[in-house]
Amino acid sequence: MSEQSHAAPRPLLSPFNVVAALLLLLGGCAAAYRFAAGLGPSTNLDHLNPWGLWIGFDVMTGVALAAGGFTISSAVYLFGMREYQPLVRPAILTGFLGYFLVVVGLLVDLGQPWRLPYPFLVQSGPTSALFEIALCVALYLTTLFVEISPAAFEWLGLKRWRRLVHSMTMALTIFGLILSTMHQSTLGAMYLITPSRLHPLWYSAHIPVHFFVSAVAAGISMVVLESALSHRALSDRVEVSGERLDEMTVGLAKAGAVVLGVYLAIKVVALSLDDEWALLLTPYGHWYLFELLGFVLLPMLGYIVGHRERRPTLIRISAGVTVAGVVLNRLNVSMFAYNWRLPAADRYWPHPYEIAVSVALVTFGVVMFRWIASRMPILSEHPDWRGEH
Amino acid sequence: MSISRRGFLGTATLAAGVAAGTGRARAGAGKDRFPGYAGSMGLLHDTTLCVGCRACEIACARENHKPRPTARLGDRSVFGRLRRISDKLYTVVNRYIKARGKKPAVYRKHQCMHCQEPCCASVCFVRAFTKTPEGPVLYDPSVCVGCRYCVNACPYHALAYEYDNPMSPTVQRCTMCYPRIKEGKSPACADACPMGAIVFGKRADLVKLARRRMAKYPGRYVDHLFGEHEYGGTSWLTLAGVSFDKLGLPTGCSHRPLPELTSGFLSIVPLVITIYPGLLLGFYSFTRRKERLAERARVEAAEAARAAAEEAAAARAADQKKLSEARQKKAVDLAVAKALATRDSEEGAGRSGGGEEGRS
Repeated sequence: MSEQSHAAPRPLLSPFNVVAALLLLLGGCAAAYRFAAGLGPSTNLDHLNPWGLWIGFDVMTGVALAAGGFTISSAVYLFGMREYQPLVRPAILTGFLGYFLVVVGLLVDLGQPWRLPYPFLVQSGPTSALFEIALCVALYLTTLFVEISPAAFEWLGLKRWRRLVHSMTMALTIFGLILSTMHQSTLGAMYLITPSRLHPLWYSAHIPVHFFVSAVAAGISMVVLESALSHRALSDRVEVSGERLDEMTVGLAKAGAVVLGVYLAIKVVALSLDDEWALLLTPYGHWYLFELLGFVLLPMLGYIVGHRERRPTLIRISAGVTVAGVVLNRLNVSMFAYNWRLPAADRYWPHPYEIAVSVALVTFGVVMFRWIASRMPILSEHPDWRGEH
Repeated sequence: MSISRRGFLGTATLAAGVAAGTGRARAGAGKDRFPGYAGSMGLLHDTTLCVGCRACEIACARENHKPRPTARLGDRSVFGRLRRISDKLYTVVNRYIKARGKKPAVYRKHQCMHCQEPCCASVCFVRAFTKTPEGPVLYDPSVCVGCRYCVNACPYHALAYEYDNPMSPTVQRCTMCYPRIKEGKSPACADACPMGAIVFGKRADLVKLARRRMAKYPGRYVDHLFGEHEYGGTSWLTLAGVSFDKLGLPTGCSHRPLPELTSGFLSIVPLVITIYPGLLLGFYSFTRRKERLAERARVEAAEAARAAAEEAAAARAADQKKLSEARQKKAVDLAVAKALATRDSEEGAGRSGGGEEGRS
């Protein structure tokens, strides 16, 4: 396979590379301007809206979309669903890149990013949900790095290191699941303290659980999407046959349907406990129903039908809708339904520079995935380590 | 198995350590209601006395070395729009209701409320905020990372950030003139107010003063002292003649301090660290056990199948043997019968030779 890629190297000036380079350049310039001029001129942030797209999308959404790593590795290593083994490495790589970009995005957003280690080195504030998230994300990024390192060791031929890390698989998986459970839900818990600022339809005492369950749904759906996309884009590196991938996709659809069903149920439970049915008739209520019916119920039905009738394309569309729904939910909580009592003129809308940085981060993730997956054994097994997982 | 058990115990010990470590730090935001420091200071803003001269704004800017507000004392043009506090304006007076006929306009001064159990202090992951026993909530810029969670979480929108400072931006907010209080002086705004609309004193005394005013002039005030109980109470207290939601303040606030909303959730964290390893190893051993049982069943089935096949083969061989023996016997019998018959016929024909044939 490697001979093949040597024989036909991808042209450097492909349309993908040109577009990616442009987007990266744009985002890079925006980020440079942010550090030169400050957050004021480069963003639409103000004293009423101190968190914008960089927190709402880069951090809140990024962490949720990177949940595929812990979801799939737990399923395979802890719950014995070994038939999904080929999906573990790409999911962990996506997770690692996702978390890496979360940290990069955060560094752009923080007022004094060089002080990021302060909570651990200088003075800790353990009463803050953010403290727990910072600790968990730091540890989980390290965990993901170790979990993906065997791919690099195989690539570099470092057999002893590969063997050492491989022997820690179980411990790493359990550690990853603990950390993910904690920080995925704690991201929601950050909004527990803002009952007067977050719209009651999205505010709930259960919001940490909402965040965790929707992150699992996002993780499963991201794996469905990412495996389909890489199967198409990096076909020369893929070992799994199209039929086998469809088989796994149909299996994942069942998991996706169950998780979305649970999510829908707990959202309705929260609605009933807080007795907010009347609010559904307001404009915010319509927006809420749009999110819940269009991006939770609909893809759930898509997953069910796709699984029963074995239609991989329908399942992939449902996965896309689920991912869009989790993005929408995080943006609703952090932006659209936040500060809802403020007059329209005081509401936040992202600045073009903010969008440029966020787009560049996503682009960077895709480019890095492609770069690594075209070189290291991510989508295929290394010949020296065949069948050893 | 012994390794995983050791691993589990190790994690459990770690979790217990984490719980013990954070438990002490969280005592301030724990279950026991904190009634506020005894004898702490506060300010009472009586909006029915405020005439919107903005002397407090100007005094505040001078005290905090901020640029003097461009609108001069008494300039009414600033009231055309709702102004917000910012990094250059720690306090701001807004006109919420215009004068109509004999009814005067209603103004309210806004600034950090200096909560009894501050939300900003509990959300800060470097503990930059401290509630002092004197009353003011203080902020330490030397540890601030600039996450702005405090600005985002404050229910009163009372914190500002230096967005135009690229290298060392910090949170900016009213300090309740802590240095002046330490010197035994009143905060600058209270000193500057020509109407006596801002009263500085012990918070407990101010609550009593406000109650006396409400009792004495029931028509003048709505029956509510804002800040007495809101989210556990604030050092700034506000009296008004109109509903507080008309003055840009949240109504229907819980009396429970906001930090309690997070501390309940965070107390689950050590539980997750303790329970998960055991639970997950349990799941894992279920999976392993199922796999082992399936493997054993497979091996047993294979053995049984082999045994059955062997038995069947043996039976078939035996059958075959029996069959071939029978066939052989039959053949022998047939041959014997044939020979006998031949001999008989030969004997019958003329008794000469053929005895050998018949014997064979």
